[in-house]
Amino acid sequence: MRSMLKTSAAALAILATATSGAFADGLTGDLKIFLDTSNPAPRATMEKMIADFQAQNPDLNIETTVIDREAYKTQIRNFLTANAPDVNTWYAANRMRPYVAAGLFEDVSDLWEGTEIGENLASTKGAMTIDGKQWGVPYTYYQWGVYYRKDIFDELGLTEPATWAEEKANCQKIIDAGKKCYTIGTKFLWTAGGWFDYLNMRTNGFDFHMDLLTGKEKWDSEKVRATFANWRELIDMGAFIDNHQTYSWQEALPFMVKGDAAAYLMGNFAVAPLRDAGLSDDQLDFYQFVEITPGVEKAEDAPTDTFHIPANATNKENAREFLKYVVSADVQTWINDGKNLGQLPVNAKSSVDKDKFLEQGFEMLSTNSPGGVAQFFDRDAPAEMAKVAMEGMQEFMVKPDNLDKILARLDRSAKRIYDN
Amino acid sequence: MAYTIDAQTRRSSWWHKNQQQLTPWLFLAPGILFFLFYVIFPIFQSFNLSLYEWDGLGQAEFVGLYNYEELYWDDAFYTSLKNNVIWLLLYLAAIPAGLFIALFLNQTVTGIRLYKSLFFFPFVISQVVVGLVFTWFYDPTFGILNVLLGSVGIPPINVLGDEDYVTIGIIVAGLWPQTAYCMILYLTGLNAVDPEQIEAGRLDGAKGWRMLWYIIIPQLRPATFIAFVVTIIGALRSFDLISIMTNGGPFGASRVLSFYMFEVALSEYGFRMGYGAAIAVVLFLIMLAFIAYFLWSIYKEEKAR
Repeated sequence: MRSMLKTSAAALAILATATSGAFADGLTGDLKIFLDTSNPAPRATMEKMIADFQAQNPDLNIETTVIDREAYKTQIRNFLTANAPDVNTWYAANRMRPYVAAGLFEDVSDLWEGTEIGENLASTKGAMTIDGKQWGVPYTYYQWGVYYRKDIFDELGLTEPATWAEEKANCQKIIDAGKKCYTIGTKFLWTAGGWFDYLNMRTNGFDFHMDLLTGKEKWDSEKVRATFANWRELIDMGAFIDNHQTYSWQEALPFMVKGDAAAYLMGNFAVAPLRDAGLSDDQLDFYQFVEITPGVEKAEDAPTDTFHIPANATNKENAREFLKYVVSADVQTWINDGKNLGQLPVNAKSSVDKDKFLEQGFEMLSTNSPGGVAQFFDRDAPAEMAKVAMEGMQEFMVKPDNLDKILARLDRSAKRIYDN
Repeated sequence: MAYTIDAQTRRSSWWHKNQQQLTPWLFLAPGILFFLFYVIFPIFQSFNLSLYEWDGLGQAEFVGLYNYEELYWDDAFYTSLKNNVIWLLLYLAAIPAGLFIALFLNQTVTGIRLYKSLFFFPFVISQVVVGLVFTWFYDPTFGILNVLLGSVGIPPINVLGDEDYVTIGIIVAGLWPQTAYCMILYLTGLNAVDPEQIEAGRLDGAKGWRMLWYIIIPQLRPATFIAFVVTIIGALRSFDLISIMTNGGPFGASRVLSFYMFEVALSEYGFRMGYGAAIAVVLFLIMLAFIAYFLWSIYKEEKAR
């Protein structure tokens, strides 16, 4: 009886929001949306979400264009200047800076005023803020961490490590068993950036990491060297798979699937292909990157994908309504659930899908990352700097003896990039 | 009656008088316009752009020769330049290889057309496919190359992950289609070899290498010239194989100028239009030197006739 009451109450609530949506804010006019969610699953989710918005606003004329994710990264520069849509997807933090600086993104600070968005989305506000203003809204984010083969850990009698010493001790046992500790593919460089993010944030803390990435600290410093020294311990042990420089991150997955490598430092998007390759949830598990320097507050990488209104858009009011709709608690809950994007909702009032990894990730980000939440190496650092630095990291992973040369090169590049 | 008047006015019209001179220009006009607009004009635009610092969005800032000064200090630029030279030298191997395959296939055997098509096949398939096939071939863990090396007791080599081997590895992949191209040029050249001269050479006792060197190869000069031009240009504009096979890596060791230009100007982490244009200008000047040499040698030959 109680459950029936509950269901009908919920049904009433849904009916209420649906009707208020349809009658109160029935929008008119046009709304042109550009999306970079070109992979089949996210594309279907986005299209369904837009279809729902259309249903709520039958008089609104919505036109959606989906562009290939890689092509989008160059096309955005053209369409923001000429033929701007009303809403477009992009990434948070420094990745949006060039467009903010060029005056191509609309200031949407007004949306962030008040509790509706301001409070519920407080955790991602920093990533959307440049010069004290907000330039868009997030729609999803996901945690990074160490995904590992639980069955291999069990077989070797290992448990999830919590400190750097335990991490290394575990790794040594894995190597002794004839396997590699970590799989990684650095062909496209950014995977090495993930390792650096974690090693540096754990060795020197979030604030130092951000200062380094924004050009306030030097690369050739004792602190950065300490980070690389920690990294080198793993490299010298032979912890990483051989020939990682020839593989993309997907090409590095089979090593873990076949059991030649025990773990993968990756974003949550790696779970789907690992499951598709046949690993069950009993074999696959997740732990937070371990503490290195005691007392340094843990900070995490959690890249955020975003919606923006181009400054040259024609229907900015409709676009604002759409952004409000995207970040609303219900929409956030269902677009991020396991059947759709399979990531974390940005709205604090949303619920996280009952997925082992999403639940662990959500808990880690909400309770165990007091240091702060970083976006990712190539989103926090300016693009040019990210490129040079990640190339240096790849070189370091193959030839650790070149460290002096690499750090000197990075400082020279940093001087040019940040002084402009 | 009306016809003659009409014909007379037409005959005396300006168009009729100049028809002979104008017609070729009318036919050429669309081509010339497109060439000017899409080739010549952008060249000057690139020259101009290389003097600016511009991210493709905001205001371009005039920096004079700063981009070139920075090129001078840029290690990656020298790596690319060095690799361009390696490409240029090793890629020329396609010419003798193409010649010998052509000589081999220039026989009358049943099914020779099939063999010819099989040898020509790599030129027809996309460079992207060639790149992927060779990437799998070189794969250090699963590739056939290391299986073959292992069977004769040589330890595995990570061709595309080693800064010393990577450029050569990509060039070998590029030689596969390029050899086919040179082969087809020589096959058509061999059709034009004069049988009487061969006959005369035989009577004088020439055969084997001497026949090839003194009788056949001189007659293949036009084919050799074209093969040379396309191979040099092909080597200098090598891009797609690098992009597919290594993406410039490991740590930039397999870049060439055209790829480096793309990287700094147009790729995900780039958007330094001025710097990219400066690299393009350097590449253009190198190509110009070669093209000028070719044009000059054609001119000399024509004059000698």
